[in-house]
Amino acid sequence: MSHSVELAGIGMTFGTTRAVSDVSFRVEAGEFFSILGPSGCGKTTILRMIAGFIDPTEGRVLIGDRDMKGLGPNQRPTAMIFQSLALFPLMSVRDNIAFGLEARGVGRAERRAKADDLLRLIALEGYGDRMPGELSGGQRQRVAIARALAVEPGVLLLDEPLSALDLKLRQRMRAELRALQKRTGVTFIYITHDQSEALAMSDRVAVMSSGFLQQVACPRELYDNPATPFVARFVGETNALAGRITALEGGLAQIQTALGPLTGRAGQGAGVGQAGTIYIRPEALIPGHGTNALGADIERVDFEGAFALVHGRFADGAALAASVPSTRLADAPLPGQRAAFGFAPEHAVVLGDG
Amino acid sequence: MGDLKNRFGTGLSTIFLALVFFWLAGMVLAPNLMMIDYALRPNLPPAALGGPDDTYSLANILYLANEPTHRAIFFKTIWASGLVALVTFLVCYPIAFWLAQRATTGQLAIAMMLIIIPFFINEVLRTLAWFIILAYRGPLNAVLTNTGLIDAPIRWQGDGGVLAAMVYAYILFMLLPIYNAIESLEKAQIEAARDLGASRWRIHTRVVIPHAKAGIATGFVFTFMLAAGSYIAPALLGSPGSRWFTEIIYNWFFEGGDWNRGAAYALVLLVLCLAVVLITLRLFRVNLTDVAK
Repeated sequence: MSHSVELAGIGMTFGTTRAVSDVSFRVEAGEFFSILGPSGCGKTTILRMIAGFIDPTEGRVLIGDRDMKGLGPNQRPTAMIFQSLALFPLMSVRDNIAFGLEARGVGRAERRAKADDLLRLIALEGYGDRMPGELSGGQRQRVAIARALAVEPGVLLLDEPLSALDLKLRQRMRAELRALQKRTGVTFIYITHDQSEALAMSDRVAVMSSGFLQQVACPRELYDNPATPFVARFVGETNALAGRITALEGGLAQIQTALGPLTGRAGQGAGVGQAGTIYIRPEALIPGHGTNALGADIERVDFEGAFALVHGRFADGAALAASVPSTRLADAPLPGQRAAFGFAPEHAVVLGDG
Repeated sequence: MGDLKNRFGTGLSTIFLALVFFWLAGMVLAPNLMMIDYALRPNLPPAALGGPDDTYSLANILYLANEPTHRAIFFKTIWASGLVALVTFLVCYPIAFWLAQRATTGQLAIAMMLIIIPFFINEVLRTLAWFIILAYRGPLNAVLTNTGLIDAPIRWQGDGGVLAAMVYAYILFMLLPIYNAIESLEKAQIEAARDLGASRWRIHTRVVIPHAKAGIATGFVFTFMLAAGSYIAPALLGSPGSRWFTEIIYNWFFEGGDWNRGAAYALVLLVLCLAVVLITLRLFRVNLTDVAK
């Protein structure tokens, strides 16, 4: 049974610090939902409010359309996976997994059977009698997930659980988490500061910055149509050129920059005469392309395998990042050269500043 | 040993080792060996020392075994010391948990100060304070009768008074080891247990206490030993019916003039205390090295 989660205008103040301000969004039942933001943006506070460890100073948390006010973490249909995992080091893996059932007064035999089922689910059959300290990082990760799933939560809350793993393992765990979520159908709310993690796994992502909600959208939308300058800069690499918006027509916006007039899609809040910025993704910048021509001094070309990253400076001093696919490496300019780039208007977005 | 030499050179490390050896041999081993020697010999006038009657025997220890009053006081001292340790634990555990997991830095500093400052004062004076509080016409009885909780003053001196004074006197020895142990428990573990639906009782019995086991065992050992060897609290706050074994040892030495019998009694107390400590550690499944930490 999975539950929806709705935040209705929640805010949280610790003493004089405003951690979360007026955040509202709804997570549908069975959705894989991520909250993305830099550290200190309030995402962990939101998760702890959903879990019931702290009560919001204003607003309401609804889980399965039921107001959770006054209910502690042990009374909510949520289970949390902690950043440190917080496995109980003095209990066997099986006792760890069965702990929630033990707390609910389930009998020994039934607990054991359920724990063994879950061990099978996480492909750790036969590890039940080991201690958590004897497992590898990835195995401990899976035990933490099994322990949370054992209580059959309607919502699983994950607080950056992959941050302690190395890159390879992290990528494998992403796929495993995603598959597990699909198989169990439980609503996942996943906290991360790693934008590629959020984009790769989630159905939808909420982006947070200094306690404010910036945008809630599916990964593709977030990347292509950032709602705010913060989202444009935080999610994915981007080239930002500031200027003044001079015209809006047919969904396109023209902006006068220090490098001349450029055209991109008109984003949210773009108005004629307003100060604005055009955001161009590195992969949209094509060497020698005729439309929206831009000149830049090349400083460095990093070959990364599938593509090469070209770093440099635009004429107005803004940083340039362009990626050139390896198959077209011959087109890439050389360091020290002055090179021309261009981009198709539909691959850039113009947002009003502020 | 080689480590010591590398760090401090031959001269200094020889001095260190000599000091440690002197400490162990002169301050620990020798007095105990002398006590055992005394305990096994009869109490003789100086003229008979070294004479035909000066032979080793278990007579002094058997005297304790065959003296019903002393025997009863001995066993009472043992179980009452256990009770002191238990009550001290019950008082200290919630405080230690609060200090280690809940208190803010400011609260921690103030609470620690309030708990530690009384220990700047001599134990005899602290016990005297209880003597005053618990006096028949003292403040406690005055408060209780004036608020109508009791009709007539209660005679607190006796077992109750001794228990109260000892629990108070040894609180620090229980509190600090438990505090240290709980302090090292990751907060997320308590939160995880709570999140999984565990009641407060279960969080403590399954997560906090197992983690703090070594600290709790240390506290029990300290408190038990101190209580069993305590003299001032039972002397000041006891009644004739609540005599402590140490008082009897004292009497043999300083009133009965029989050092040999006193030494035998002290030896029995020492051995039994050691046994109780080792059994406690066994029950808690804690090593002596854990306690030493």
